[in-house]
Amino acid sequence: MAGDVTTRPHEPPQATGPHGASPAVRARGLHKHYGDIAAVDGIDLDVPLGGCFGLLGPNGAGKTTAIKMITCVSPPTAGVLEVLGMDVRGDRRALKGRLGVVPQGETLDPDLTVRENLLSFSAYHDVPRAVAAPRADALLGFGQLTGRADSRVEELSGGMQRRLLIARALVNDPELLVLDEPTTGLDPQARHLVWERLRSLKRAAKTLLLTTHYMEEAAQLCDRLVVFEAGRVVATGAPGELIRGHVAPRVVELHGVEGDARDVARLLAGLAREVEAVADRVLVYTDDGESVVSRVRGAGLNHQALLLRDATLEDVFLRLTGRSLVD
Amino acid sequence: MSTRPASLRGEDGVLALLRPPSVSPRRARRMWQRDLILYRRSWKLNVLPNFFEPILYLLSIGLGLGLYIGDRILGVEYVEFIAPGLAAAAAMNGAVFEATFNVFVKLRFAKLYDAVITTPLEPEDVAVGELAWAVTRSFIYGTAFLAVMGVLGFVHSPWAVLAPVGLLLTGLAFGLIGLIFTSLIPQIDLFSYFFTLFVTPLFLFSGIFFPISRLPAAAQPVAWFTPLHHGVELVRALALTGEITLAGSHGLWLLGFSALLYAPAVNLMRRRLVV
Repeated sequence: MAGDVTTRPHEPPQATGPHGASPAVRARGLHKHYGDIAAVDGIDLDVPLGGCFGLLGPNGAGKTTAIKMITCVSPPTAGVLEVLGMDVRGDRRALKGRLGVVPQGETLDPDLTVRENLLSFSAYHDVPRAVAAPRADALLGFGQLTGRADSRVEELSGGMQRRLLIARALVNDPELLVLDEPTTGLDPQARHLVWERLRSLKRAAKTLLLTTHYMEEAAQLCDRLVVFEAGRVVATGAPGELIRGHVAPRVVELHGVEGDARDVARLLAGLAREVEAVADRVLVYTDDGESVVSRVRGAGLNHQALLLRDATLEDVFLRLTGRSLVD
Repeated sequence: MSTRPASLRGEDGVLALLRPPSVSPRRARRMWQRDLILYRRSWKLNVLPNFFEPILYLLSIGLGLGLYIGDRILGVEYVEFIAPGLAAAAAMNGAVFEATFNVFVKLRFAKLYDAVITTPLEPEDVAVGELAWAVTRSFIYGTAFLAVMGVLGFVHSPWAVLAPVGLLLTGLAFGLIGLIFTSLIPQIDLFSYFFTLFVTPLFLFSGIFFPISRLPAAAQPVAWFTPLHHGVELVRALALTGEITLAGSHGLWLLGFSALLYAPAVNLMRRRLVV
């Protein structure tokens, strides 16, 4: 039964806001300024209920600031922001009771055990003790931490701590789960385990909103996403739509080109719809990869490797912002 | 964000710090309960240093140095004169330590409050919960020391039953001071200034070891403005001399002092945690 969260007693918290029809998040002209700096510079956002919605973008693009406004821990400077139909400037305590939040970084209670971490947050959420204790056991199972219930947090691996953070965000059976960079800093194995847990939440019909700067994470988990750049939303859609809408389906990559990559890019400009130079790589976006490959070979250019692959979200990002997502 | 110190001016200016904060007592109690759970597990480890420190002073200064002090003060031996002041100091230390180091570690290193404020607890609830815990802790240490005084026969007035109230008021004043300092500092090293330049001078010159009337004339008004002086005189009046009117005036001073600091202390925690 470990890992199944759907069987837990479900008691939707009573709130004054309108229910049912309200989207998870609705933002219009949302701004957050720190002095002269606009961290979020006028975004519109519609996150539907159900499924996983991603905020994709490099560090400093405004993802975390947006998340903080959505989770009521940072007031917007201007604009409309409704979460689960409630204004974030209204009854914050009631709204936060309906959310589960995994803040960025390690924020576990270092003095308490694994189980106590779950029980203390249950208490912050006013979950009755009789409900909290069995739910904590179920969540330990969900986080694959059953054997570690009485361990101190510092004794856990990074992956276990992250799964505990996710379990902790579920103690109030939230209507919306918000995760700020849920797998940053994890090794690939631990990351895959977190993804698998998040997919199980999707199967349990939870609504997930997450930020990431990993393309693979967005592609694996997100049904829809928005791309952030410098405090603005530069694209919106399903991963496949974004790829089809912004770049050609096939990409030819030249690695380790001799001389200035931009000169090589200009040389190849006639070959395809789009040619980009990134550091010592040249990317050619095309509908017909094979013919581009043979023509590049024929051009007699010096390079270390030639690669033909499908276009990815990384390419979309590169196309939209002119730079690589993970610097 | 917990990493940056709160700004006194903030976006709303310094006067906004005086606005009455919106606190949910029920939610603040949740934070207090978290500290209590932890304390129940580790009190044996924690209680020893805090409990024995004033006893060591009592032995060294009171009995050791007191041997050379022939005069009786307020009609009692020197060691009995300093004992109520040491109880007030124990309350100060308990509250200050909790509101500075312990809160700062949770704030800055564990980033615990960043997660707590995503639950229905608001920064104001966190501040009041931690304040209540600081007061609780100062109460535990102060009354433990009062009990030792009672066993040693150092309690001379029936009003001593109210002495724990004096400890609560002392703890409250210093819990508030500690919280304000904690919200304002960027790094933990700055606490050494707080302790060396504020807590230690108060301990030495607030009338625990000699009446402040022995201070230079210019320094006496300064002592009057410090909360420990009133805590010391309050506990001494209740446990030793039984001057209940005097005790009342010192109690009122402490209450007024805490009333002034309450809103800024709680509002600064919001400025620290929410940007």
